[in-house]
Amino acid sequence: MALGTDWALDWLSRTAATIAVQRSHLNTLDREIGDGDHGENLDRGFTAVLTELASFDDDAVPSDVLKRTAMKLISTVGGASGPLLGTAYLKGAAAIVDLPELDGAALVAMLTAARDGVVLRGKAMVGDATMIDAWTPAVDAAARALAEGQSEAEILDAAATAAEEGALATEPIVARKGRASYLGERAIGHRDPGAQSSALLLREAANAAIA
Amino acid sequence: MTVGLVIVSHSAAIAGGVVELAGQMASEVTIVAAGGTDDDGIGTSFTRVGAAFESADSGDGVIVLCDLGSAVLTAETAWDFLADDARSRVRIVDAPLVEGAVTAAVAANIGGDLDAVEHAAETAWIRAEESVNSGASEAEPVVPTAIDVVTASTVLVNPSGLHARPAAEFVKLAAKFRAAVTVNGTDAKSLLRIMSLGLSVGTSVHLTAEGEDAAEAIPALVALIDSGFGE
Repeated sequence: MALGTDWALDWLSRTAATIAVQRSHLNTLDREIGDGDHGENLDRGFTAVLTELASFDDDAVPSDVLKRTAMKLISTVGGASGPLLGTAYLKGAAAIVDLPELDGAALVAMLTAARDGVVLRGKAMVGDATMIDAWTPAVDAAARALAEGQSEAEILDAAATAAEEGALATEPIVARKGRASYLGERAIGHRDPGAQSSALLLREAANAAIA
Repeated sequence: MTVGLVIVSHSAAIAGGVVELAGQMASEVTIVAAGGTDDDGIGTSFTRVGAAFESADSGDGVIVLCDLGSAVLTAETAWDFLADDARSRVRIVDAPLVEGAVTAAVAANIGGDLDAVEHAAETAWIRAEESVNSGASEAEPVVPTAIDVVTASTVLVNPSGLHARPAAEFVKLAAKFRAAVTVNGTDAKSLLRIMSLGLSVGTSVHLTAEGEDAAEAIPALVALIDSGFGE
């Protein structure tokens, strides 16, 4: 079943709720290797997104929702994740612009463009212990699920599962970007908070699709 | 008008302090701070950075200096959102924040264009690296050989010596001449090099100018030093 504006709105309100619940856990992950404000920053951003979502017209399409989410995150988050996730939503929106409903191919195009936006902005690669370690496996898994003829909900579930595994896989590696890169080997054993939060938001995309 | 500067920092206090420091040597230049989040917390604000780009741009362009990583991301994102014509004259430069801002401000103040100011900011890295390898490479003393070489010696009379403000005035004057000028063997057109000499009151200063207007440069520079820089 193709996913429409209701799905996009539900995705973001679920994300806002999850980030609020996970706020202190994300702060803790960030405190171990960075400046300890990742949960706080994202919570501020998604709380602003939530307010924004209350005022949508009935004829809005999913790309309108993602675009306004992007602008809110860019202007309210404060840390690196603002421009990074903001660019992800912005580029994701551009890939599905004006489509009233998203089929599997549109979802994969959206996720791919979002990931490419993060790469463009942050210049990180897989293995640098950043949110890319969640996004790239997610995009690959979504593309595989699409090729296997799976449903929209299954495609998003495959993406979320791969992102969760990717976030976990940042634990044994040395961070090469951001504040954590100053720690060198001391970053080993710590999960990247940006990869963790990206896995959370991709899981909520899947949850919204089965709701 | 001159090229403008924007200082992007996670801290409003750092951005404001750098603006204050650089502004002391560049009264003609619009230098705008974009530090902290919208509620003055630690972080960077897309809105503040975007507004700073606009207020620093007189039409001659803007050089942007940033502190830690995500400040660069915020600045690049704000840059993406500029109108096409503004985007062509706003440049985010990879330079040390304090040294880069000071050298860029002086370059802008003496009328440097966007390329010149960008170059000035980038050369601040060289100075930063040299102070790490201290003493490794002293400049060769200049041996006067050609006809257009003029030398002179004088003594610093102002109480605080060749510190930031007098050094900036000195560099500004030296830069007006085409001749290559050195102070005690150091390039007189490089503010950071001059400041790093740490010349104090009573120190002997040896000036050498080499080039077609050397005979004008030396008396002017000696007169400035002997004036005590108004102190």
